[in-house]
Amino acid sequence: MTKPSQRIAILLSALVLSTGLLSTAAMAADDAVAQGKALAFDRKKGNCLGCHAIEGGELPGNIGPPLIAMKARFPDKKKLYDQIWDATARNPMTAMPPFGKHGALTDKQVELITEYIHTL
Amino acid sequence: MRKYISVLLAASVSLASSTIMADNNADANDLKDYFIKKFPGVTTDSLVNGAYALDEGLFMQWQDVEDNFPPYEDNLAKGEELYNKPFANGKTFASCFGDDPSAVRVKYPHWDSETQQVVTLEGDINKCLTDNGEKPFKGKKGNLAYVSAYLAYQARGQKINVVVPDDPKAKEAYEMGKQFFYAKRGQLNLSCADCHVYQAGMYVRADLLSPTVGHTTHFPVWRRKWQLADKNEDGFGTLQRRYDGCNKQVRAKPFKNQGEEYRNLEFFHASMSNGLEINGPGYRK
Repeated sequence: MTKPSQRIAILLSALVLSTGLLSTAAMAADDAVAQGKALAFDRKKGNCLGCHAIEGGELPGNIGPPLIAMKARFPDKKKLYDQIWDATARNPMTAMPPFGKHGALTDKQVELITEYIHTL
Repeated sequence: MRKYISVLLAASVSLASSTIMADNNADANDLKDYFIKKFPGVTTDSLVNGAYALDEGLFMQWQDVEDNFPPYEDNLAKGEELYNKPFANGKTFASCFGDDPSAVRVKYPHWDSETQQVVTLEGDINKCLTDNGEKPFKGKKGNLAYVSAYLAYQARGQKINVVVPDDPKAKEAYEMGKQFFYAKRGQLNLSCADCHVYQAGMYVRADLLSPTVGHTTHFPVWRRKWQLADKNEDGFGTLQRRYDGCNKQVRAKPFKNQGEEYRNLEFFHASMSNGLEINGPGYRK
């Protein structure tokens, strides 16, 4: 049997540990979104603004739809990743470049961009 | 497997039938109809103004430059001077192109039955030089573009009339050009048609995409982008210089200047402006 004070100490340290873990995870997610945004806005990388309006992006093109309500449009994040990786799989005639398939972006970069786009 | 075979069969049937068809005027009319429906209020004739035909504000700014201070004027004068300057053998370009400089531009591009290939104006300007023991003009800009611009200016108002003769080889060249135009290319997987047929009138960033009907009427062009690209740059360039730019933009390797691919593409591309007035050289951003 442990003393009540010991039990409280164990509980407290467990709490501290778990919030620490939680905030690390949250920080990593924020970081991925920030990196994804930088890649999405970079003209030589994703250049999403070439064709899509994005909140906070200047001089967007309008060939593709504005990137809004992405969680409603892509409840499954994997489908959004697939669309960015190779949009021709769903529509061979699409004007959207197959960024992953043609190596314009690495799989990791597509993943980061997906993290960001999915927050819009 | 069966799926592949039927795809292959369909491809070979469509290739065979299109090789026989090769009606450039029917293709041009289809595209004109398409754009007229796509852009209500825009006339076919106004498509010679490219993207400026689609936006009144842009058109006003552009026309102001064209009317009041066309940046290509000095080089037009250089083109005229070069055109009339005697070669070492005493002859001039008129010995190749005839006495009327206004009657040259409209003949190009055309099918040459003797050499069995598409001949472009720029190709013949250089052929005239080498036939007369002179060095050809280099590249896709400078003197070559000036002389071409002078001949375009002399021909302003005449109508583009590219003829695909009833010769299987000529039809094949036309079909190759058409195939080039509609084929996806480059890392970005975009065809000429993606931007200049299907998405014409839309914006890529701040750039309004121009319809392909009316493209070749205003070449060669003086582009601000080309002027800014190099401190010695005067902004002039030929149609094939522009093809290089398009290929680079979709991250494809450009083809050889005046090589078969670009000449065949020009044969198709110019055909799509059949019936429209020559208005070159043009100012573009």
